[in-house]
Amino acid sequence: MNNNTNKSSYLFDEKTIWKLLETVMDPEVPVLSVIDLGIVRNVKIDNTSSGDGGIEIVITPTYSGCPAMDVISMNIKMVLLEHGYKKIKITSVLSPAWTTDWMSEHGKEKLKAFGIAPPTIKQQVCHTELFHDGEAIQCPHCNSYNTKLVSQFGSTACKALYVCENCREPFDYFKCH
Amino acid sequence: MDQLINYTLHLADDALILGHRNSEWTGHGPILEQDIAISNIALDQIGQARNFYQYAAVLINNSAIEQFNNITSQPPTEDTLAYFRNANDFKNCLLVEQSNGDWAKTILRQFFFSVYQYFLYQHLQNSIDETLAAIAEKSLKEVTYHLRWSSEWVIRLGDGSEESHSRMIKAIDNLWMFTEEMFQAASYEVIAVKKGFGVDVSSLKNEWMKKVKDIFDEATLSIPENVLMQKGGKKGKHTEHLENILTEMQFLQRTHPNSEW
Repeated sequence: MNNNTNKSSYLFDEKTIWKLLETVMDPEVPVLSVIDLGIVRNVKIDNTSSGDGGIEIVITPTYSGCPAMDVISMNIKMVLLEHGYKKIKITSVLSPAWTTDWMSEHGKEKLKAFGIAPPTIKQQVCHTELFHDGEAIQCPHCNSYNTKLVSQFGSTACKALYVCENCREPFDYFKCH
Repeated sequence: MDQLINYTLHLADDALILGHRNSEWTGHGPILEQDIAISNIALDQIGQARNFYQYAAVLINNSAIEQFNNITSQPPTEDTLAYFRNANDFKNCLLVEQSNGDWAKTILRQFFFSVYQYFLYQHLQNSIDETLAAIAEKSLKEVTYHLRWSSEWVIRLGDGSEESHSRMIKAIDNLWMFTEEMFQAASYEVIAVKKGFGVDVSSLKNEWMKKVKDIFDEATLSIPENVLMQKGGKKGKHTEHLENILTEMQFLQRTHPNSEW
């Protein structure tokens, strides 16, 4: 088998593309990849003999106004172009709506190591109960549960602001969504 | 098809104009955490507007309707729809274009509108139009946070000090007359309901009133009576506020068309 056939069969293997996407990081939280976030929903390869050999990456936005999504799309395209793919289409789908439940466990560990409290395990539907302190969130610095909500709106659309009553450090919490 | 376009533009305009108004607080909020909160809310709303405008642009491009292809004098995109339409083409309700005033007026405006959007999006999730349903499902999660935030502020200020309470009374005086319009269907909304892609807004009024009353009760505020209601925004007849908003918002793109960062 000549080299070209080897290379193209490697390129057009879905696994290869998924692995490449693991190197595309969230610009705001650079420890998380788009795979960790659960943003990439599908990878489609046009392997048909009549097709153009193009690939399509299907992503879904986190929050409606998230400004990182445009950058993420661009970065996905760049990484794929750098690795020899020529015909790349990035499609954004709104439904089913992104939820923090799609974040990988590995991603949650990386968030905590980075100093951001990860979303809690069970899917918390954001309720309309007022003046509610929310779930007990563990401080990512000292691990205490003696923490307090400062504001539901933090440094980015996806985060809330908490303070730890134990070590007195403020920290971001990745909101359940 | 053209009523679907009008309906989508109405939903987009509501979100964009309120998002823009809220963004006027950025850098001027009463305390840092609230400056950040209202900026995040504005961002959510502008994001929702983008989703609706993108869909409207696709619909316009797919239709051959003269009326729409000419309204921006440019090929339709989310940007041209936002930046190149005139005030009388905007279909937002009058409530969202009202001035920010003080913090009480801003959070009250948000509260009135978020209660409406909460019930609107709940129903819109069942639209036979898949894109509108998807946008509604996504937006509802964010609007739930807006509703909680603004309800808490209404209570905090209403059942607060003498000063905060009197400012809330003034805010209610100012804004109540714009609340009826949300529940009066424009012609495109009537058709939207008939065809199954839109929500019957008149049916939302009771739920809205109940929620507002519950929060007002806790905030020691009363529902006004016998107020002459204003309307016209949904039909393109706006107060002078919209002209001012668009002058500021559209100035750059109109002066240097197609400019980018």
